[in-house]
Amino acid sequence: MRHLMSPLDFSIEELSDLFDLAEDIEKNPAKYAHACDGKKLATCFYEPSTRTRLSFETAMINLGGSVIGFSDAGSSSAAKGESVSDTIRVISCFADICAMRHPKEGAPMVAAEKSSIPVINAGDGGHQHPTQTLTDLLTIRALKGRLNHFTIGLCGDLKFGRTVHSLINALVRYDNIKFIFISPEELRIPDYITDMLKQNSIPYKEVIRLEDTIADLDLLYMTRVQKERFFNEEDYVRLKDFYILDRAKMSLAKEDMLVLHPLPRVNEISVEVDEDKRAAYFKQVQYGVYVRMALILTLLGIRV
Amino acid sequence: MLNVGKIEEGFVLDHIKAGQSLSIYHHLKLDKLDCTVAIIKNARSGKMDKKDIIKVECDIDMLNLDILGFIDHNITVNVIKDGIIVEKKDLVLPKEIRGVIKCKNPRCITSIEQELPHVFLLADEKKEIYRCKYCDEKFDKISFYKY
Repeated sequence: MRHLMSPLDFSIEELSDLFDLAEDIEKNPAKYAHACDGKKLATCFYEPSTRTRLSFETAMINLGGSVIGFSDAGSSSAAKGESVSDTIRVISCFADICAMRHPKEGAPMVAAEKSSIPVINAGDGGHQHPTQTLTDLLTIRALKGRLNHFTIGLCGDLKFGRTVHSLINALVRYDNIKFIFISPEELRIPDYITDMLKQNSIPYKEVIRLEDTIADLDLLYMTRVQKERFFNEEDYVRLKDFYILDRAKMSLAKEDMLVLHPLPRVNEISVEVDEDKRAAYFKQVQYGVYVRMALILTLLGIRV
Repeated sequence: MLNVGKIEEGFVLDHIKAGQSLSIYHHLKLDKLDCTVAIIKNARSGKMDKKDIIKVECDIDMLNLDILGFIDHNITVNVIKDGIIVEKKDLVLPKEIRGVIKCKNPRCITSIEQELPHVFLLADEKKEIYRCKYCDEKFDKISFYKY
């Protein structure tokens, strides 16, 4: 039995198969509409995350299955002090597969160790969020047609953003990827990531201003720059506009550059960019459903 | 110079970095053994200038070589029978270390889950870096010696 704890749990060949399946689901949704008839997904969300939970639930419903679960720890037996190990043993009696989000890092792995059904990590604190990374990879592959030979800019909070770290770790397994890290000094990419890139001779550069580099990019992955991450208000005010993507900055970018964002967006992408054909962040949400459908089928061993 | 006699049956841990013998004594749970244990601190050493030595009069099977390998794989383990060295055990960095060190990340599931063992995996053999199996928190080896 397989689980998904980290995006690196799957080899690039396995990921390729998963994405082939997701793209087939996109093209032939009717073919998969009853693939999970009679199967149940348990969404065990110990902290609220509306989009991720709804994406999982939509994925299972699209496959003909049904959904049980809870959406915050307060409405589960965790409020009574039940351990994750005990909860998953109980859930294993009810459902065929489980998607778990937990504020404590490693909680889904504890669940996977005790579970008799496949467990998907739907986000564990600041640690991993593998289905977001799978979503990002599928979006890139579907819209660019490849997962190699491109320059990707990652912009915003690169210090604390787990989606960014996870995406970098997943992309380094593909050929000829160049990274450009665009962030204020306070939110620079951690050294352990740049050390890893150096060790693997993967080219990267760090810049402060988005305008200085946007023309070089094939992909731009935006993240939020949160005010509370700055040491003082003055720095925040001085720097925040560098990290807001608007029509003027988009005019400097390549015609086929894609803009991705894990969402929710606050103000780092101006609403005027939404109409730009290069804005892919809402399509990304749709690909998130396809990749979760493909993942549920793969982990349940269902072939259509 | 202080003299500690040789042992007839047991093992000798030699070339322990000076000052680490007590930490090793505790982590190997030698205090729980009902046998003679001698701890020699700051012994003169040609190779190390100063070193610690632990002599234990009990069967080598009582020794957890994984823990010792984790603490310092350069320690020499001499197995003694009839007063002479009959075997030298090689220590390696264990791939996994279970229930010896604790994850200090307050956001890690090990901080709240009932009776969950703390497990660390060898992430980088060259740099001797261990990470928590659950949250990937790096283990700071220096804190290990502050026993």
